Amino acid sequence: MAHRHEVIVVGAGGAGLATALYAAREGADVAVVSKLYPTRSHTGAAQGGIGAALGNVEEDHWEWHMFDTVKGGDYLTDQDAAEVFAKEVIEAVIELEHMGLPFDRLPNGKIAQRRFGGHTKDWGKAPVHRAAHAADRTGHMILQTLYQQCVKHNITFYNEFHVTDVILEDGVAKGLVALELATGELHLFQAKAIVIASGGFGRIYKVTSNAYTLTGDLQAILYRKGLPLEDMEFYQFHPTGLYPLGILLTEGARGEGGILRNGLGERFMERYAPTIKDLAPRDVVARAMYLEVREGRGAGPKKDHVLLDLTHLPPEVIEKKLPDITEFSRIYLGVDPLKEPVPVMPTAHYAMGGIPTTLWGQVIQDEKNTVVPGLYAAGEAACVSLHGANRLGTNSLGDLVVFGRRAGIHAARFAKDADYHELTEEHLGPSRERIERIKNSTGKEKVAVLRAELQQSMMDHASVFRTGELLQKQVEILKELMDRYKRISIDDKGDAYNTELVEALELGYLLEVSEALVHSALNRTESRGAHAREDYPERDDQNWLKHTLAYKVADGKVAFRYKPVVLGRFEPKARTY
Amino acid sequence: MQVTLKILRFDPAKDQRPHWQTYQVEAEPTDRVLDLLHKVKWEQDGTLAFRRSCGHGICGSDAMLINGRNRLACKTLVKDLGKVITVEPIRGLPVEKDLIVDMEPFFAAYRAVKPFLINEEPPPQRERLQSPEERERFDHGTKCILCASCTTSCPVFWVNGTYLGPAAIVQAHRFIFDSRDRGKRERFKALGSGSGVWRCRTAYNCTEACPREIPVTQLIEEVKREILFDRF
Ligand SMILES: Cc1cc2nc3c(=O)[nH]c(=O)nc-3n(C[C@H](O)[C@H](O)[C@H](O)COP(=O)(O)OP(=O)(O)OC[C@H]3O[C@@H](n4cnc5c(N)ncnc54)[C@H](O)[C@@H]3O)c2cc1C
Ligand code: SF4
Ligand code: FES
Repeated sequence: MAHRHEVIVVGAGGAGLATALYAAREGADVAVVSKLYPTRSHTGAAQGGIGAALGNVEEDHWEWHMFDTVKGGDYLTDQDAAEVFAKEVIEAVIELEHMGLPFDRLPNGKIAQRRFGGHTKDWGKAPVHRAAHAADRTGHMILQTLYQQCVKHNITFYNEFHVTDVILEDGVAKGLVALELATGELHLFQAKAIVIASGGFGRIYKVTSNAYTLTGDLQAILYRKGLPLEDMEFYQFHPTGLYPLGILLTEGARGEGGILRNGLGERFMERYAPTIKDLAPRDVVARAMYLEVREGRGAGPKKDHVLLDLTHLPPEVIEKKLPDITEFSRIYLGVDPLKEPVPVMPTAHYAMGGIPTTLWGQVIQDEKNTVVPGLYAAGEAACVSLHGANRLGTNSLGDLVVFGRRAGIHAARFAKDADYHELTEEHLGPSRERIERIKNSTGKEKVAVLRAELQQSMMDHASVFRTGELLQKQVEILKELMDRYKRISIDDKGDAYNTELVEALELGYLLEVSEALVHSALNRTESRGAHAREDYPERDDQNWLKHTLAYKVADGKVAFRYKPVVLGRFEPKARTY
Repeated sequence: MQVTLKILRFDPAKDQRPHWQTYQVEAEPTDRVLDLLHKVKWEQDGTLAFRRSCGHGICGSDAMLINGRNRLACKTLVKDLGKVITVEPIRGLPVEKDLIVDMEPFFAAYRAVKPFLINEEPPPQRERLQSPEERERFDHGTKCILCASCTTSCPVFWVNGTYLGPAAIVQAHRFIFDSRDRGKRERFKALGSGSGVWRCRTAYNCTEACPREIPVTQLIEEVKREILFDRF
């Protein structure tokens, strides 16, 4: 079956829905293709808040927000992106409110705000209330509100359509191929502009806050086609994953006054970030936790985690402002945060790197910022680069709406002056072959086994702390896994809802993004933000104040090019908190 | 411990009607039912089909009938169920394969109540103000994850598929009681019609089924009252 729409968005999370909405408001005929029902996208899991210098609780300025973002990103953040972001996110939050988003309120009726890691006033002097929130389900509310608006605007949705290919010919994006899960049929989508908003890939790691479905599909598809992935070595571990599951407990818990303690009951963050302590950025806190455990000060019988202590907070703060995470620890650990501290450890959380774009979401293909006509990306799948080497909490939800809106507007305007490209059934060929190969294979390798080996080995060799030796080992493991992947087979040969086939395709994507990540990490011989190399513990601005573009040359072979960081207002300085 | 998992299977390409299939799995008391389903799928029988995404009760993908009650597989632990666990698709929506049902009728009801803020007055420069009490008034409904547990536990919905069902009414409630909304009359058209709130027989199944602890029946009653008062 063939379909045609002027702008087609891949993904129905916050980024995809914002893009679709603004493209529709520009008058374009828009469709969204998503492997999940929109309201099931992972944006719905985001908890703590969306950062914007509204100044509703105390004095705040977009310049402070920009500064915090740049410093939080360990100066790898492009400052033009940070400036656009810090200004426009204020307007974006107000617009969400006008769309009906049920923010929590202050007694004077304005949107309530709370503190979050790395957000400060007066250029780092003290924490500031910047995160606008709706209890601890801010992402849920953003996703619901944006979806509601899309329903209002009658935007076309292809739900449970798994995109398997982006058609790129003559350097131009022409369309998509997607597998309809209900029937197993392959569909051809013709578009004038395509926006990739397919989310992150936390499932490369064993312990993660990410949904089962976050497998880096579109990053991998573009990477296979020879487009670069930017700054893949920077992968964020969120400090407070529920131990040992990895389910997230929002940083908002520390924003409300929660404290991290080691096995001795010490508030250890005082030693690592004397000024803002438990509200230091995530990379700093995650490393501190690992160090405490490594030095024998962990909690529990195995001394392998630390504790998040909320017991000193008034019960009504916990019940009203953090209801969901309270429920998570009660259900999954049987621990009541009102009465006892909650076991936590860092959990794989957010990809700072991804598909490189301009400030308008246009996908670029090289260090000279050459754009791919008709191709856009937004949200966690993309890299503008707002988050640099480490994202601040609440800056992702802001990223989705600010850069989703920009991508939507630009894509719609581009589509107005563009023509459709001729597509034929032949364009389905590569996807059909890939699927048939998996279905007909008589190999002995099992998807679940390979995936588990991948996730464990990534955890062991390429997580919070890295060394050249460990990464080199992971390079070898990935080569072997990719080879074994060619011999996977599946039980389900049917067409309707072949979810086993989907998992097999997803494993392929996980392997590709892991390859880009590990090679990029091995290549970058310094420590910056979330990328901590024990064999190169210092930040090296002389050689490494630049973005990595990783290109797939062949399986297991990756080539690099570099893009300068866009500097500006803020000179790179040592990063202390 | 060993758990016996009985799953109602249906493959449209092969089966005339659903049939039970039994699996033995090794489980920890703290495992989620979702973990058991994954064990079956990943270790024993890859053809088993079900939906899931977040794994912790937020996305609404994996509502199913577990030991006879609608629940989310990812929020239900083995220790609360015992050693024999039965799993079936939620009722009242067409089964597409195994535990996967067609959600379209459910979302059609959702769309029918106009689930979006209606307010054509030009917005102020900054946010529209709303007091914490006004915000609290509709808090319950904002927790809804559209999992369909409530609607598919409702005997009226089983008998009459055109009934909007509890979830859609919860969505309507969320806007009707939002101080910023001006669209309640528009919503009353669908809600007050033959397939609207008056079909509700106050069976309370929906409230029991809701994994987000939304007092669904109470919200339906509030909508009924609002429609009644609106007439006078
Ligand atoms: C538990 C948790 C809590 C968080 N809390 C916060 C917070 O408080 N504040 C904050 O700023 N950030 C937070 N984040 C980060 C933020 O939520 C995510 O980065 C963001 O939601 C990503 O949105 P997205 O739209 O890019 O992708 P997603 O919401 O993940 O959506 C991806 C979409 O792409 C679709 N898709 C993927 N692959 C395919 C394919 N092959 N074919 C078709 N469709 C496809 C999916 O169906 C889905 O609709 C949190 C993240 C997590 C995991
Ligand atoms: S009201 Fe509860 S049971 Fe019904 S759809 Fe919403 S979350 Fe699910
Ligand atoms: S998998 Fe998301 S609610 Fe169960």
